[in-house]
Amino acid sequence: MADGAVPRFWREIPQRYNLIGNQCGSCSKIYFPPRESCPYCRRKSMGKMKVLKLKGQGEVLTYSIIYNAPEHFERQTPYPIAIIKLDEGPKVTAQIVDCKLDDVKIGMRVQSTFRKIHEDGYIGAIYYGYKFKPIEVK
Amino acid sequence: MKDVGIVSYGAHIPRLRIKSSDIANAWGKNPETITSSLGVIEKSVPSPDQDVATISVEAARAALARCNIDPQDIGAVYVGSESHPYAVKPTGTIVGEAISATPILKVADYEFACKAGTAAIQTCMALVKSEMVDYGIAIGADTSQAAPGDALEYAASAGGAAFIIGREKIIANINETCSFTTDTPDFWRREGRKYPAHGGRFTGAPAYFRHVISNAQNLMGSANSKPEDYNYAVFHQPNGKFPLRVAKMLGFTPDQVKQGLLCPIIGNTYSGSTMLGLASVLDIAEPGNRIFVASYGSGAGSDAFDITVTEFIKEFPHEKAPLVSELIEKKQYVDYSTYAKYRDLLYED
Ligand SMILES: [Zn+2]
Repeated sequence: MADGAVPRFWREIPQRYNLIGNQCGSCSKIYFPPRESCPYCRRKSMGKMKVLKLKGQGEVLTYSIIYNAPEHFERQTPYPIAIIKLDEGPKVTAQIVDCKLDDVKIGMRVQSTFRKIHEDGYIGAIYYGYKFKPIEVK
Repeated sequence: MKDVGIVSYGAHIPRLRIKSSDIANAWGKNPETITSSLGVIEKSVPSPDQDVATISVEAARAALARCNIDPQDIGAVYVGSESHPYAVKPTGTIVGEAISATPILKVADYEFACKAGTAAIQTCMALVKSEMVDYGIAIGADTSQAAPGDALEYAASAGGAAFIIGREKIIANINETCSFTTDTPDFWRREGRKYPAHGGRFTGAPAYFRHVISNAQNLMGSANSKPEDYNYAVFHQPNGKFPLRVAKMLGFTPDQVKQGLLCPIIGNTYSGSTMLGLASVLDIAEPGNRIFVASYGSGAGSDAFDITVTEFIKEFPHEKAPLVSELIEKKQYVDYSTYAKYRDLLYED
């Protein structure tokens, strides 16, 4: 992995581990990943972006099954990648885990879980973050 | 002496399972002989994106979901494991960040074969009792590797549990704890090696049985208790047989052991083993119940605990995180070739 990957990952730990986004203090729109300013309110939002921890629950908008994985993900194929609409509004792209391929459905309720995203060979750093799993219906 | 005990707890077990019979078939062994001699029917398997850090985080988050503790009030995180993802770079730092307990936080990783998690409980007890911290989280978790074809391969599994130790609203009071430790080379893994080695039959009498029995007797001596005073007894479970045999030798009945005996259906979760057994007991325990706990770690040592469940267990919101039984029921089987791919067995040590 290129130089700079470790510091970039380190800066993004709050959002990757704990889904920390932010909210515009002017129009109340919620952003994930967090933004420096609100693209709608622009200058009015400056200094008014509030940190917000997202609950990590949402639903699958669409998904795709990956058979030809990029580097670092080969051992996990086939696996589903989905676009998830979080209950607070923002959309995220993430892997769906703990679910048989046939059971992945559009509209399925999911919640975030803490997983290893990839590791830089046998020597480099290990990167952790969110993936999503089905919310069990009791 | 100030009260100290368990304020909350949480567990995590990966969803994948492999049957002992599938492992036996892969190596040309008789499946029935293997399954019955070890007393292990199937074991949990971590997926490629699960390791001790992810299991520890899930267990710690489950424990926090069941109480109203502000993560910033947690003063210590100790993670016991023999399969920490990094040789140098503590798992506890990842857990501390993922539960928002950083940065004013004491952290260290522990390693003592299968008893590193119970050692972490003792450390948290001491910090809480001395009021150096208000709450400490002790975690035991493993994703242990066994060399392909080794007898350990039938049991070495993955899972863990986290216990929040504190002084207030204790659901289970820890009355006494003691340890018994010697230099006994029954099982080890050399620095930089992927798979452990062991002393074969040597792992029984002078190792597991001597340490667990001596320590259990010492604990009952200082607590002035007898086996029949306990509703439940939890022992380290390297296979399905040892815990039942050691219980019988000490005078406990199979009924006392049953609820905490998980090895037959999830395998040996190493540092998670005794911790998950205790979590399983707390899932159903009632006020006044007394629990005997004795872990074992190769090398070798045992930590024992005398525990009494309090009235606070009545209002304890078990439902805010999965019960151990629910984690066990949620499973998906893999065959040996998928297991070999996921566990990275195709690469030379
Ligand atoms: Zn705005």
